[in-house]
Amino acid sequence: MSSRTLRVDPISCRAHGLCADELPEVIVLDEWGYPILPTGPLPPEWVRRAKSAAAACPVLALRIQNIP
Amino acid sequence: MSTATHPGPATYDVYRAPNPTATDRLLPVRPTYGLAQHVARIGPLRSTTGGLGQSLDAAGLLGRGGAGFPTGRKVHAVAAAVARTRLPAVVVANCCEGDPTSTKDRVLISRSPHLVIDGAVIAASAVGADRVVLAAGENSATHRILAAAVAERPGTALEIGVVGVPHRYIASEATALVRFLNSGDARPAGKLLPIWERGVGGRPTLVDNAETLAQLALISRFGPDWFAAVGTPAEPGTVLVSIGGAVPRPGVVEVPHGAPLRDVLACAGAPATGWALLGGLAGRWIELSGVAGIGYSTAQLAAAGGVRGVGSIIVLPPDGCLLTETARILHYQAQAGARQCGPCMFGLPAIAADMTTLGRGDRGALDRLRRRLPVINGRGACSHPDGAVALAASALAALTTHQPGHLRQHLTAGGCPAPAPVVPLGAA
Repeated sequence: MSSRTLRVDPISCRAHGLCADELPEVIVLDEWGYPILPTGPLPPEWVRRAKSAAAACPVLALRIQNIP
Repeated sequence: MSTATHPGPATYDVYRAPNPTATDRLLPVRPTYGLAQHVARIGPLRSTTGGLGQSLDAAGLLGRGGAGFPTGRKVHAVAAAVARTRLPAVVVANCCEGDPTSTKDRVLISRSPHLVIDGAVIAASAVGADRVVLAAGENSATHRILAAAVAERPGTALEIGVVGVPHRYIASEATALVRFLNSGDARPAGKLLPIWERGVGGRPTLVDNAETLAQLALISRFGPDWFAAVGTPAEPGTVLVSIGGAVPRPGVVEVPHGAPLRDVLACAGAPATGWALLGGLAGRWIELSGVAGIGYSTAQLAAAGGVRGVGSIIVLPPDGCLLTETARILHYQAQAGARQCGPCMFGLPAIAADMTTLGRGDRGALDRLRRRLPVINGRGACSHPDGAVALAASALAALTTHQPGHLRQHLTAGGCPAPAPVVPLGAA
């Protein structure tokens, strides 16, 4: 199975910060409220909550992408 | 950009390099402004029989707009997208030269407009395009020269048009150009717009810098072996360099890749001493005497801690202050941003303010910069914030490693008696 990674569309992102509320262990916000995402594959145990974080984004700027 | 801060070809002369760097591939001693002169020098445009991508690969041509992406790979990608989508492609010649430290493209176009257009026409034939867009600053001399050159060429099935682009630093970024052509909005679309597949009008699109296309035209006509007669094995051919700042003869020079930096600077009458900004506003500060003997090429400049970038060298006067220059550039970069991505929209003004207050003696600004630079880097849709971060990091490294005395002067006296800044800045 391919692994997953988190990506944010920086143009759409409006620093609502809900993603960091959903997944504080992985997503931290910078001093202006924009998410800093981990690079590389997401550990499988975080995938379910990462999906919640993506769904929580009011502008759907956060995505989970398959990486080969 | 105003003409006062952005001199056109009339005020920027072309200097031929002394031997052994003398070359006149792109900048002939006698300008080939008209089509007849151009054809007399280069020969008529020949129908290409394919294989342009392979020739470009063999020639090792890297893009001359700033990013240095291999041109052959772009051509292959667009040709493949045309085969896949069955849509004719569009070729965009980026003649905007948005970086205010660069003047090479306007000089090239003022001397050899048809060479650039030939390159775009040959690329169009190679990738399967039915439209060529020559994108230049609106109402610029470059725009007028290109329009006159297009009018001079015999009509063909290929549509060739000149489009005026707003004079903003960010407007000439490749995805911003495509977005502008599609919607009139000249802001970068970033990685969300795969232009090689769905660019202008939703069609596969090749965007190449003016100098890149001129080199492509020569490689197509004379072949990669001819191209490699000068330059280095890793990076054959010649390159245009814009030299400005505190030099006796600012101008544009064509040199073979690998020409020693001291010889390149000598073309502008400048010794290889003191500090210079290499590669444009998104470039790096470098102390010239330490790198005088290294060759001017993408790889050698990078290995020495510099960058080729847009191919400009702006030399500071001996008593110049790179801290003050950097703060001024960062404010410009903050202003020039498209205000789309948070880390750039908020981060660039923050680091510009940090650099300014550092110059006024705020010791805490050092820590703020060291914390903020890595946070901002890589988080925009385009590389605009990354360029500002790289410049700021390079200034910090120069100040702390090579100029601790000068930095201490700022921290204790709140400034320095440096003369007026020399790095040219146009309209943001």
